[in-house]
Amino acid sequence: MFPEVLEKYNKFPLDHTIPDIHEWPINKLTRDKEDLKKEVISRVIDSLEKKIKTQKELLDLLERMLYQERIRLTQIPWKADKPTEKQFWARIKAEVIQFSKEIDELEPPDIRNNPIVNDILDRYINEILGTFEPQTYRFARSIVPLLFALLLNARLKPRGKRRKSIYEKIKIYGDVELVRELSKKGTLVFTPTHFSNLDSLVIGWVIETMGLPGFNYGAGLNLFGIRLFAFFMERLGAYRLDRRKKNVLYLETLKNYSTAAIEKGAHTLFFPGGTRSRSGAIESNIKLGLLGTAMDAQLHNFKNTDKKWKNKIFVVPVVLNYHFVLEAPALINSYLERKGKERFLVENDEFSTSIKFIKFILKFLTHGSEMSVSIAPPLDIFGNKVDIDGNSVDSKNKLIDIRHYFVSGREVTDDKQRDSVYTKMLGDKIIESYRKYNIIYNSQLLAFIAFQLIQKRHHELDLFALMRLPQEDCVIPFQEFKQSLIKLRAVLIEWEKERKLQLSTEFLMELDEFIDHGIKHLGMYHAIPTLIRNIDGDIEAGDMKVLFYYHNRLSGYDFEQYV
Amino acid sequence: MILNNTSEKIGVIGAGSFGSTIANILAEKSEVLIFARDREEFAAIEKAGTSKRGHRFHENVKPVASLEEMAESCRIIFPIVPSANFRSMIQDLSPFLKPYHLLIHGTKGIDIPFPDDIDHEVDRSKVKTMSEVIREETNVVRIGCLAGPNLATEIKDKQPAATVVASKFDEVIVSCKSLLRTPNFQIYGNEDLLGVEWAGILKNAIAIAAGILVGVGYGDNAKALLLTRGMGEMIYLGNALGADAKAFLGLAGIGDLIATCNSKHSRNFTVGYRIAQGEQLEKIIDDMDEVAEGVKTVKVAKLLSDHYEVPAPITQTLYRILFSGLSVEKGIKFLMRYPAEIDADYVDFYRSTTFSR
Repeated sequence: MFPEVLEKYNKFPLDHTIPDIHEWPINKLTRDKEDLKKEVISRVIDSLEKKIKTQKELLDLLERMLYQERIRLTQIPWKADKPTEKQFWARIKAEVIQFSKEIDELEPPDIRNNPIVNDILDRYINEILGTFEPQTYRFARSIVPLLFALLLNARLKPRGKRRKSIYEKIKIYGDVELVRELSKKGTLVFTPTHFSNLDSLVIGWVIETMGLPGFNYGAGLNLFGIRLFAFFMERLGAYRLDRRKKNVLYLETLKNYSTAAIEKGAHTLFFPGGTRSRSGAIESNIKLGLLGTAMDAQLHNFKNTDKKWKNKIFVVPVVLNYHFVLEAPALINSYLERKGKERFLVENDEFSTSIKFIKFILKFLTHGSEMSVSIAPPLDIFGNKVDIDGNSVDSKNKLIDIRHYFVSGREVTDDKQRDSVYTKMLGDKIIESYRKYNIIYNSQLLAFIAFQLIQKRHHELDLFALMRLPQEDCVIPFQEFKQSLIKLRAVLIEWEKERKLQLSTEFLMELDEFIDHGIKHLGMYHAIPTLIRNIDGDIEAGDMKVLFYYHNRLSGYDFEQYV
Repeated sequence: MILNNTSEKIGVIGAGSFGSTIANILAEKSEVLIFARDREEFAAIEKAGTSKRGHRFHENVKPVASLEEMAESCRIIFPIVPSANFRSMIQDLSPFLKPYHLLIHGTKGIDIPFPDDIDHEVDRSKVKTMSEVIREETNVVRIGCLAGPNLATEIKDKQPAATVVASKFDEVIVSCKSLLRTPNFQIYGNEDLLGVEWAGILKNAIAIAAGILVGVGYGDNAKALLLTRGMGEMIYLGNALGADAKAFLGLAGIGDLIATCNSKHSRNFTVGYRIAQGEQLEKIIDDMDEVAEGVKTVKVAKLLSDHYEVPAPITQTLYRILFSGLSVEKGIKFLMRYPAEIDADYVDFYRSTTFSR
C-alpha cells in the first residue's frame, strides 16, 4: 500500500457531512421532481430539434423506435416491465399511423407540441426517475451494516480468536477526508470497477460509512423485478437503466436526466465499465455515454449564470477487490462463450426472483471473506488532480481554472466533438487510476503465475483447449512455481515503490505463509478449489476457467514477461 | 470555434525556414507574433523584418521578446523548433500556458531522454513525439501538428502546395484551415495525430536513403524501389509503435516521402547525397545551418526495430552506413540481396489491423 494510504487509515464509521437527511442533495432532487421531469423533456426536445428538420425525418424516427420497442416487447420481456407496456405501444402505433397520413413531408415538424413525442418522453422519464425516501434510507442504513456484519462474520471462528469487526473485513483505503471535503464544495461522481452484483451494496455501505450523503445511481431495470430489491432501490434514489432500449428518445432522456441531476448537485454513481467484468480483468474499456453526462453537466454549470448551479464536479475512481467473487464461474463462462462465438446472447438474469437473490445473499452470508475498497484521489472532469479546496492542479502542480478548457476565443462554447475527446481523456485517466490504486492480493498473484506457467507448458494450445486441459496436466512442480513467484513478487514490490500499483498487506508475509494464505483465500468458497497443493506438494489447478478469471485481474500490466 | 482573424494574434515559435514560412502564410490573414530564442535574430527581425538567414518576413509579422508575452497575447501558437530543443522550449513556455491555448507544432522529429548517447535499449515508452512532449510538459490538450510535403522554398515561391493538420479536436483543424488556407496552400484534416506524427518522423530516414541512391548516381527504378519498400518499412515500424497505418497512406506519409526523396531542398536528402559523395557525417552536420532530423530518426528507428523485432532492412543498413562505417556500395549490395518478400502486403496488413479493432 502507498505509505500515505496506510497513514490515512481511517476510523470508521465517520459522522455525516450533512447530518440532516432532508438537506441531502438527492432529497432536494426528489422534492423538485416534477420540475426536473419537465426540464428533462424540454432538453430532449431541444436536442431533437437540432437533429430533425422535416416531418418526414420525425416520422422515420418514430417508426424506427416503434419497431425496436415492439421487438423488445416480444423477444426480451422482463418482469420489471410495466403491465401496460403492450397497450401503450399499441396506442402509439395507431397514433404514428395516423401521423403518417397527416404529415407534410418536407415541412419542419413541431416537435415540442407533438403529442406522440411528448407521450413517449413522459413515459420514459417516469420509468427512469427514482424517488428518495429519507425513512427508507434510515431503515436501510441500519439494516445494511447488520447484513454485512452477518455476511462477513457468520462463519464460526475458532474459540479464543477475536472476531474481526466489519470495518476490518471491508477495508476502505484512500484519502477519505479529501473526498468528504469535496462533497461539500461540489458534486461527486463515483466511478467504481464492477465485478460482482454485490458491488452496489458494498458501495452503498462505503458511502454511508464515509459519512457522505446518499448518491443518485442507475440500477438495471431487471433488478427492479425483484420486489425486495426494488423496494429499497426505489426509495434510496436509484434510477432505472434499461439496457435493452437503445433508441434515440430513450438514450437522450436518460442522458439528459443524468446531466440535470449532476448539474443540480446530486452526487452520482456510475459503473463506467457498464456491466460486470466478465473476464475478471479490470476495466480497460469505459462506456463514455454516462461519463459524458458529467462533462455536459460541468459545461452547463459554467454557462449557467444562476449562482446555485455553479458547481464543480469531482470524479472519484473506486477499485473494489475481492479474494473471492461468487459469480466467477458464471462470469467467466459467459466471457468464454462470447469470445468463442460472437453469437447473440439473450441477457440472462441470475437473480430474476427474490428467492434467487436471497439465496445468493445467504450463500454469501456463510461464505464471506475479506474485501477491500480503494478510493483513488479525486479528479476534476478533465482528469487533473484536485486539492482540498477543490482547485484543479496540473501535472506541474500549477493551479488551473478548468473553465478554460471550454473556452474558445474568449467565451465558453458548445462543441460536442471537443467534449467527446475530453470524455475519452477522462476515461483513460480513470483506467489509469484503476490500475494504480488497485490493491493486488496475494491470491491473485498466485493465480496469475499458475495460469501463466500452465499456459507456457502448453503453448501450442489456444485458450479454449487450455480450458479443457485434463486434470493431470494442470500441475506445476512446486519449485518451478516458487521460483516464478519470487521473481514476480519482487517486480511487484518494485512497482509499488514506483507507485504503479498497490499491494495488500499479505505481501509483508514470509514466502511460505504468503503462498499458503493465498491458496487458501483464492476463490475460497467455490465448489471446486481453484488452486491446491496436492499430495506431492505441487501446485494444481482445480478449475482452469476460474483460475483464468482470477489470473485476469493482473492482466494489462504486462507481467507475462516475468513468468 | 469560429475565429475572428482580423483581431486575433497568432504566435509562431522558431524562426527557422519552416517556422518563418508558416509565419508568412499566417500573416496573410492575421497579425503574427514570432519568437526566436536568439537575441540577434530578434533584433534583426525587429529592425529590418528579415531573419539572419535572409528570410524576408511579411509586414504583419512582429517579433516578441519573451514566451510569456507570446502566451499572453496569443491563444493559438505554432511551435516550430528542432526536436532537440523542443522539450526545453516547451518547459520555458509551460508556466504561461492555460488550457484555452491551442498548440500546433510543425516538428517532424522525436524526443528521447538521452540524445547524445543513443545506444540504450529503446522502447516506445522512452520515445516521444512532439505532441506527447506538449502533453507531458503543459496543461494544454488541444494540440495539433502540421505535416506533409512542405518544402519551405517552394511554399515561399507561392507554388501550389498542401499540408495536413492532424488533431483529435475538430476545433484545431477548423482553426488551422481558416488561418492557413490561401489560394496556393491547401489544408487537409486528419484526426490521427500520432499516426501523422510518426509518418512525418519515419519518412526522414527514407529520405536520407534516397539521397544516397541519387548521390551514387542511380536512376528512377532504384529510387522507386526504395520508396515503395521504404513505405512498407515505415508502416510496419509505425504499427509496432501503436500508430495506425492509415495516416501513412496520406499526405503526411506517402506524400511527404515522394517530395523529400526527390528534392535537393530537403535537408535529409542532402545528408544522404553528400554521404554518397564520400563526405563524413560529422562534417555534413556541421556545415548545415539547420538540423536534419532524419539522422537521429535513423538511430532511434534502428533501435526500435531491434526492440520490437520488426524487419527493417533499409533502416538497419542506413544505420550501418551512417554510424558504423559500412560503405555505401556494400550497403546497397546487401539490400539487393535481401530476400524479397511479397510486394505490397501492408495494404492487407492495414485491413487486418483495422478490422481487428
